Amino acid sequence: MLDIRIKRRLGGFALDAAFRSESGVTALFGRSGSGKTTVVNAIAGLVRPDEGAITVNGVCLFDAARGIDLPVEQRRIGYVFQDGRLFPHLTVRANLRYGYELAKPAARQVGFDHVVGLLGLEALLERRPGNLSGGEKQRVAIGRALLASPRLLLMDEPLAALDQARKREVLRYIAALHKEISVPIVYVSHAVEEVVQLAETVVLMADGRVVASGAVGQVMGRADLRAQGVAFEGGTVIEARVSAYDPTYNLATLDFDGGQLKAPDIAAAVGELVRVRIRARDIAIALSEPADISVLNVLHGSVLDVVAGDDARAVVRVKVGATVLTSRITRYSAERLQLTPGRAVCVLVKAVSLN
Amino acid sequence: MFALSADEWAVIGLSLKVAFWSVLCSLPLALATAWLLARTRFYGKSLFDALVHLPLVLPPVVIGYFLLLLLGRRGPLGALLDEYFGIVFAFRWSGAAVAAAIMGFPLMVRAIRLSIEAIDSGLEDAARTLGATRLRVFFTITLPLALPGVFTGTLLSFARSLGEFGATITFVSNIPGETQTLPLAIYTLTQVPGGDAAALRLSLIAIVLSVLALMVSERLVRRSQQRARGRDA
Repeated sequence: MLDIRIKRRLGGFALDAAFRSESGVTALFGRSGSGKTTVVNAIAGLVRPDEGAITVNGVCLFDAARGIDLPVEQRRIGYVFQDGRLFPHLTVRANLRYGYELAKPAARQVGFDHVVGLLGLEALLERRPGNLSGGEKQRVAIGRALLASPRLLLMDEPLAALDQARKREVLRYIAALHKEISVPIVYVSHAVEEVVQLAETVVLMADGRVVASGAVGQVMGRADLRAQGVAFEGGTVIEARVSAYDPTYNLATLDFDGGQLKAPDIAAAVGELVRVRIRARDIAIALSEPADISVLNVLHGSVLDVVAGDDARAVVRVKVGATVLTSRITRYSAERLQLTPGRAVCVLVKAVSLN
Repeated sequence: MFALSADEWAVIGLSLKVAFWSVLCSLPLALATAWLLARTRFYGKSLFDALVHLPLVLPPVVIGYFLLLLLGRRGPLGALLDEYFGIVFAFRWSGAAVAAAIMGFPLMVRAIRLSIEAIDSGLEDAARTLGATRLRVFFTITLPLALPGVFTGTLLSFARSLGEFGATITFVSNIPGETQTLPLAIYTLTQVPGGDAAALRLSLIAIVLSVLALMVSERLVRRSQQRARGRDA
């Protein structure tokens, strides 16, 4: 579906990225300056790679060796920019129709009213972008890109400029849209929560290179990536269903293969599926269930393996039901508790550490 | 006393006609030039830039003289135009419009160029990802957002046309009813005994015309700026 291998050198920065993805949502993940935006700009045609090729859904957009370089306007790649980039002199309706009217009627994938409804834009149509809130702007930008009937939708940190509440609002719209419309999405972000919630495939980038790529559970669970210069803590991604919600404390109960977790601030209703990520360093291990403790989540499991690092730390993998949790503790603790494969342990997870 | 004579009306009419056509004909060219200077890079750009600004720094008489050499009946370009198209600029009002257009051109280009440079080129990129060709992007995004500069440039060029003297008198001379625009008429009146009162009247008319043009342009600039900022009306 997506096959990218490109090289580009500019000043002191060298980009050399290659990855493939068959997923609905592919996340490009990495700290700022790692080359994520250059990759999506190359896909859109706004940046020209020195070497390599870009293929989307079987259509070759760029191939340096064969001299193919489709102009931006012929690529049909939707692009949601970090800053929205709505046309200030046009109303929201005219912004939305800009690409819609340029697409061939036969190629149109979605109806105008459908997208407007999906993104909740009905009340904004006659307004001008200057008066919209950040969240509204991004929703319009997403709708505008979708209505141009793209082969692929690029989203470059679409939530970066928004506050926490707006982030959650727009994130929910993106998740809903992905379920409704079958346009593959490449989602650029340096926020773990967004990647975990949306993506199926993750491409991890650092210093212009692809450090790791694969299914979200695998890549985000790897504890060894810190060593590769990735500003990111390894952890475990769990898929869970919201089974209860306590509005008094804003706490949700999540059921997963291995037990229950309590977590705050979950942006999903009861019955919905969510993904949560537990960082390896947020998991503590005890030999017996502790009493009188603030930690809400105590899970029972058995040690799968212990890998002592070169430094003071050790990585302990614990099997809880069908789920394997990764914990990072000190080497000293691992030896003191005599953690060996097969040993029954309690896994402690602070509810506030879940995101 | 305020009633204008037929001669005065003729001078005003001619001046407005010359200024109108000079602005109208130079506007498309100025838009293209401003866009090239603001948004592209090409070999010899600084030379091109200098050439565009030449009328601003050269004595107007020099421009008029070159126009005479080039577009005069026996000039290389003038002879061609006369022979194949029957177009003659020398000693015609249309020649006055050409002179005025050239003198006002750098002012117009400058204002439009600044306005285009102030537009976030990311908006133009966004339009292209939505399927718009460069030409369509120019007309639907760049031009509407650059309108404040277009209006300012148009006013500057229009005012320059109304006031143009040196290049005009050198190229098309001072022929009443054909090339004698407002400044030329004022100059002529100051050269004859007893013409002071008439010269003053024409000067007052020049002031009124300029102020009117300024007011109209200010209004247009303000309205287009409001639009470009994207606020609800």
